[in-house]
Amino acid sequence: MAREERNIKVKIDQVKKVYNGRTGEMVALNGVSLDIADNEFVCVVGPSGCGKSTLLNIIAGLLEPTDGAVYVDERKVVGTGVERGVVFQQYALFPWLTVKKNVEFGLKLKGLSKDEIEETAMKYIRMVDLEKFTNAYPKELSGGMKQRVAIARAYAVNPEVLLMDEPFGALDAQTRTQLQSELLKTWEEERKTCFFITHDVEEAIILAQRVVIMSARPGRIKEIVDIDIPYPRTQETRMDPRFIELKTHIWSQVYQEYLEVRK
Amino acid sequence: MKNKKEKDFIGSIPKWAWLLLSLLTALVVWYFLSVNPKTGRTFKPLMEVLASAKVMYGRGVLLKDIGSSLISAIGGFACGFLLAVPIAFLMAWYRPVRFIVEPWIQFIRNIPPLAYVPLVVLSVGVGRTPQIIVICLSTFLVMTITIFQGVINVDETLIKAARVLGANDSVILVKVIFPATTPFIVTAIRLGISTALTTLIAAESTGAICGLGMRIKALANSYETAPMLLYIIIVGIIGMLAEKILKYFERKLTSWQEKREI
Ligand SMILES: Nc1ncnc2c1ncn2[C@@H]1O[C@H](COP(=O)(O)OP(=O)(O)OP(=O)(O)O)[C@@H](O)[C@H]1O
Ligand SMILES: [Mg+2]
Repeated sequence: MAREERNIKVKIDQVKKVYNGRTGEMVALNGVSLDIADNEFVCVVGPSGCGKSTLLNIIAGLLEPTDGAVYVDERKVVGTGVERGVVFQQYALFPWLTVKKNVEFGLKLKGLSKDEIEETAMKYIRMVDLEKFTNAYPKELSGGMKQRVAIARAYAVNPEVLLMDEPFGALDAQTRTQLQSELLKTWEEERKTCFFITHDVEEAIILAQRVVIMSARPGRIKEIVDIDIPYPRTQETRMDPRFIELKTHIWSQVYQEYLEVRK
Repeated sequence: MKNKKEKDFIGSIPKWAWLLLSLLTALVVWYFLSVNPKTGRTFKPLMEVLASAKVMYGRGVLLKDIGSSLISAIGGFACGFLLAVPIAFLMAWYRPVRFIVEPWIQFIRNIPPLAYVPLVVLSVGVGRTPQIIVICLSTFLVMTITIFQGVINVDETLIKAARVLGANDSVILVKVIFPATTPFIVTAIRLGISTALTTLIAAESTGAICGLGMRIKALANSYETAPMLLYIIIVGIIGMLAEKILKYFERKLTSWQEKREI
């Protein structure tokens, strides 16, 4: 398979995370290992509370693992870095900045020239089709538009790895499928390594080359499913028999975990 | 259906007309209070109160009182604000500062300034200094608490978002925490202004030679209720004007906020 020849971009090596909560120690992740290839699109699914966000935050450098480590290009992750962009579920736009200023936020910190900042910001605002709202404030945007701005903002600093924590989780079904298509298109163009968390099994299969199924308490990788459906994928892909087969399989695996958690 | 009609009717009346109506209602209430023999001793007829402005001006104290009180109130408020901002941020940023300072604030906050004014006068002497110190202290307390609440309520994900875009601590402080806190700072200023005005009376209670608060007390001692009412009205007007100015800046600074239309 072609994948084996590709460089490993992100190496998650025996990551363990223990939270010291009020109710005592809580093992959120235990022995999680995963290699993500350069340009790969990986989706993570699993029951609520299985540690998906925890894992993403560790890759982002926003959380420290209790044990184990994450490597990006063979360099150990310590703290955040602009080569790893993050898109949050709650959009996390700066409400006091316009769309353009939001997208420029990271560019300004990179110390680029004024023209470069302007040009790059506009390029990504166009990419997410929000030119008309360049000078609007977040409160004037719909949820889908807000998430587009967040995606543009993450792309603008040109990260090598994009980490997305249920970015479309708060959106309605239509906006969701639209943003999925847009994200796929962008990914096919820009070919960034994507680590994408979702609750939605269909979303995972539409987007990913590999779907990682996590189990809960403590969070571990249960199974990794190769999605052998060729790109470009469209919404029609959902009718594909192979799609339905994969969906049935992954869904039943996640459901089993869900039942485990309920016990 | 009926409700909606009613709403439209209320909405169709311009704001200034409501203001006028509000003022007229107040005047009518005042009129009845002034003709009632019991309350009439306090509420002198409006004309008499207005005329007392001339009397006080003639005594050469009206402008001096207003000026003196404004200087004390603005001076004290400014000191309080300049102290409140850094201390509120320090409290939010370094937990030891918070654990040490917060109990003090909670302790002093509920003590009426009137109680400690004589102590301040005893150590710094009479004059403007004790007034500014007392107003500074009381405005500082209320503003620090409010700004501190704002800082610790800054959405954690905004800080994370800034961090992953390459921001370090000082950038986060200036470009995220500070703007995110502005609505609370505006609220703090609003509370600070009203605290400054209410404290003014206490601050001028001991050893002041002029000022709105000092004069109100002096007029009360000589039973001159008409000029007393005038002075009280002046304090209220100063408060309203300050609020108007603040509203103007608030609109400029926090227009990005999602607000409920009321
Ligand atoms: N700061 C924290 N302190 C203590 N426990 C935490 C903390 N953050 C998360 N946890 C616990 O760790 C576990 C994993 O949390 P995490 O947010 O990573 O789950 P998740 O898979 O992202 O869930 P969801 O799908 O609901 O977002 C949960 O049981 C949660 O209660
Ligand atoms: Mg999560």
